[in-house]
Amino acid sequence: MTSTAGVAPPVDVPGLPAEPPGELPPPTGRRRGGIGYLLLLPGLLWLALFFVVPFYSLVATSLYDPAGSDFRGYEMTWAVGNYVDALQEYWRPLLRSLWYGGLATVFCLVLGYVLAYAIAFKAGRWKNLMLVLVVAPFFTSFLVRTLSWKLILADDGWVVNTLQVLQVLGDDGRLLATPVAVVAGLTYNFLPFMVLPLYASLEKIDPRLVEASSDLYAHPAVGFFKVTWPLSLPGVVSGTLLTFIPAAGDYINAELLGSPNQRMVGGVIQSLFTDANDYPAAAALSMVLMVLIVVMVLVYVRRAGTEELL
Amino acid sequence: MSQVADTSATPLDPGAPARGDHTAYDGLRLRALTKSFGGFTAVRSLDLDVPRGSFFALLGPSGCGKTTTLRMVAGLETPTSGTITLAGQDITYAKPYRRPVNTVFQSYALFPHLDIFENVAFGLRRRRQKDVDRRVQEMLELVELTSQARKRPAQLSGGQQQRVALARALINNPEVLLLDEPLGALDLKLRRSMQIEVKRIQVEVGRTFVHVTHDQEEAMTMADTVAVMNGGVIEQMGAPAELYENPRSTFVANFLGQSNLVEGRVLRRAADVTTVDMQGIEVSVPTARVHTDSDAGWVGIRPEKVLVGPPGEELDAPGNTIPGGVVSDVSFVGVSTQYLVRMPWGQELQVFSQNTGRTRLFTQGEPVELSWRPEYAFLLDRGQDVAAGSAERAGA
Amino acid sequence: MNGLRWLREHLVLVLGLLVLAYTFVPIAVVVLMSFNAPASRNVYAFDAFTLDNWANPCADPGMCDALTRSVQIGLLATLVATVLGTLAAFALVRHDFAGRSATNLLVFLPMAAPEIVLGSSLLALFVATGFSGRLGFWTIFVAHVMFCLSFVVVAVRARLAGMDDHLEQAAMDLYATPLQTFWRVTFPLVFPGILGAALLSFSLSFDDFIITNLNAGTTTTFPMYVWGVAQRGVPMQVNVVGTVMFLVSVAIVVVGELGNRRRLAARA
Repeated sequence: MTSTAGVAPPVDVPGLPAEPPGELPPPTGRRRGGIGYLLLLPGLLWLALFFVVPFYSLVATSLYDPAGSDFRGYEMTWAVGNYVDALQEYWRPLLRSLWYGGLATVFCLVLGYVLAYAIAFKAGRWKNLMLVLVVAPFFTSFLVRTLSWKLILADDGWVVNTLQVLQVLGDDGRLLATPVAVVAGLTYNFLPFMVLPLYASLEKIDPRLVEASSDLYAHPAVGFFKVTWPLSLPGVVSGTLLTFIPAAGDYINAELLGSPNQRMVGGVIQSLFTDANDYPAAAALSMVLMVLIVVMVLVYVRRAGTEELL
Repeated sequence: MSQVADTSATPLDPGAPARGDHTAYDGLRLRALTKSFGGFTAVRSLDLDVPRGSFFALLGPSGCGKTTTLRMVAGLETPTSGTITLAGQDITYAKPYRRPVNTVFQSYALFPHLDIFENVAFGLRRRRQKDVDRRVQEMLELVELTSQARKRPAQLSGGQQQRVALARALINNPEVLLLDEPLGALDLKLRRSMQIEVKRIQVEVGRTFVHVTHDQEEAMTMADTVAVMNGGVIEQMGAPAELYENPRSTFVANFLGQSNLVEGRVLRRAADVTTVDMQGIEVSVPTARVHTDSDAGWVGIRPEKVLVGPPGEELDAPGNTIPGGVVSDVSFVGVSTQYLVRMPWGQELQVFSQNTGRTRLFTQGEPVELSWRPEYAFLLDRGQDVAAGSAERAGA
Repeated sequence: MNGLRWLREHLVLVLGLLVLAYTFVPIAVVVLMSFNAPASRNVYAFDAFTLDNWANPCADPGMCDALTRSVQIGLLATLVATVLGTLAAFALVRHDFAGRSATNLLVFLPMAAPEIVLGSSLLALFVATGFSGRLGFWTIFVAHVMFCLSFVVVAVRARLAGMDDHLEQAAMDLYATPLQTFWRVTFPLVFPGILGAALLSFSLSFDDFIITNLNAGTTTTFPMYVWGVAQRGVPMQVNVVGTVMFLVSVAIVVVGELGNRRRLAARA
């Protein structure tokens, strides 16, 4: 608060209460302390109790004695071996998750960029409608939509039949239970996470910049790669992160559209927890996934040179 | 430094106590008002009297403290020290919603979720006043927006929004209406017509208006009294013409219009005329327009007060004549021709010559003589920055 | 030739529309299948048209139970997350305090972390604290509030930060007390942001599977029900629910858009 030094006590005038300074918060800028903490407290407490503490719990669980169970209880033995075991046993689904997640992110980027670009620069007065249409399908249940893909890609469905007629697929070729189906499902499900940040970034670009580049003898393609693409990079970076992180952790697509050969690490963690009740292994695997994703994201963000995004 | 408005009905005696009996004064009175933000002092021990019913302008470049002063009067900023009294009542620490002062914000700050009628009625409804409908209608008539009453602010043009902001504040019959650069967002043409409009409304309602602006032309057009503010203090205060004709500091001389400032030394001081050696030429300055006690000074003259002629020709007696100039640049701007004339001591002086048809045009490189009437010259303190205020001048 | 030129000029738009169409393919299938009378429980193909699925949405009572539970959890979690998140957003925008950036990070992380990690962390906590036998409605609720909270904070914070400070100052200048200023100016202006955040919360909660599945115990939500039947044969009523969800979300968007249009039209 402001200093009151040198101020004579204000004269009390009826109707115009001259109050001492200190009671009047400065209406501009932020107020300090007090009620701010009070407003923040419940939310922070919730996040602390059900996000921070659980994470600590996960780290602890990952180091419990692997022999523990619900009946015998769990013992903290700093069993770093859990990590080694988890990596040895599950490195395939782990790498597969990152690989599928990465592929889906690339496909999302290509499809999403086209869509976002069309909305930002070509949609005219249909801009808002198209944005609504991008989001609308995704308010329908994730699982129901994924099941719908299962039907579309089914062995005797029209997609497979058409591809067989076109000789793209062999006569006994199939899509379901292949990596193609899983990556296609991931791409489909996480597309809006790519489109929206891309759109936000593209929308800010002044179309006159592109005109200026063509005025300065840049071929449209050159103009795109020298002007539009660099300016849209913030959207590209946040879009790829928003797509990759959930895609790599997802297992619904792998389980519904793939076979055990396409199992992703999320599914392994899930079944270790709920079917095998092997909590230490599940927690260790979860930690490994988390660390891998964090490392990849940091490397990627550093290379993209846009650390301020985080 | 005490500043007294010339139009003041009850001029402040500079010897009067800074605090204490303010009840005698019915206007807005600031005494030793100071506002610091951390280490930065935005307003420094400001004393100011704004007479009731006047149109008062606080003029200065951005960052000079004028908006902070205004916000303290509005109650949106708490003074670090000093007092604010209004019609004899101390309102220094009264909350913004408890003081009879209303503000027209630079961004207008119209409530986007309320229509024009409800925006204007807002203050009346908060104070549970009667006759809201009639008074809002009257106010909308005053600002000529009756047909827009049920529209939302976003549906109006900038000029219309500005008038709503004015109506919304004025309807509360404030003792003082504060206008914070209210015309800044409008384009030039609209700004000129709104200046006249706001002035008309002020005359009609007869309230005290305190107008903050960085636009000298706007301040001079609208206000009865202008206070030029710089670096948290008031440099000079007075009627627009007086400020322009007789600036007391290099800042005012440069910020309010343009000035030629030439270094000089005082030779003789007499009761009516002071003689100055200006680069070897003796010039006279009326003693009433000498604003320095030291011998070194800046001789100031406005460009349009300088006459230009061929060497040896008597221009306008009795004048200060300065020979040996050479035209270095000519810009023909229609109503006038603006010359830059390089003087023997190397300085370039500005001359604005009205295109009356009586004088011929001079061309670049031509030798000329300059001359001006002594009563237009002024003398400023040599210690002041010769360029102060020229970079900050708006619309120069 | 004209056609080719038109295509060249509108290529990006056409491609964009194709991508958009692709996102609607599964929806079309869901709608279609909601009218399907399947020949057998295991074959998932369109056999015959029927309105039975719409007439008897609760043919499998398990589905409607799960649906009811999802709606209950969604409403409750949305209510709590919206209140807590809105308060926190006000604190973050309007108040200054130690640990601001740490708080912002804490709000950001749950949105960035993979769901499977969030879910396993919570389960690890419940196991460690002896709650593993009591997983169910309340553990799901706790989890849902946790991940909805961040989204609410972000949405309301954006709305608040975008608000002109001068509006509240103007209200106070016009004799509104702080309380009146809040209810007459601040709240009405922030409300669309809060409403949007609440809708998003509900949809996140209603649709969540990965975190819920880990912390649900024997309780079944609608996504978990779908997961279960996906292995043994999907009742067509699931598609009825999918279609209704789609229609409801479109309706909400249309109502919102019409509101915008009306404001825009009034402006013209």
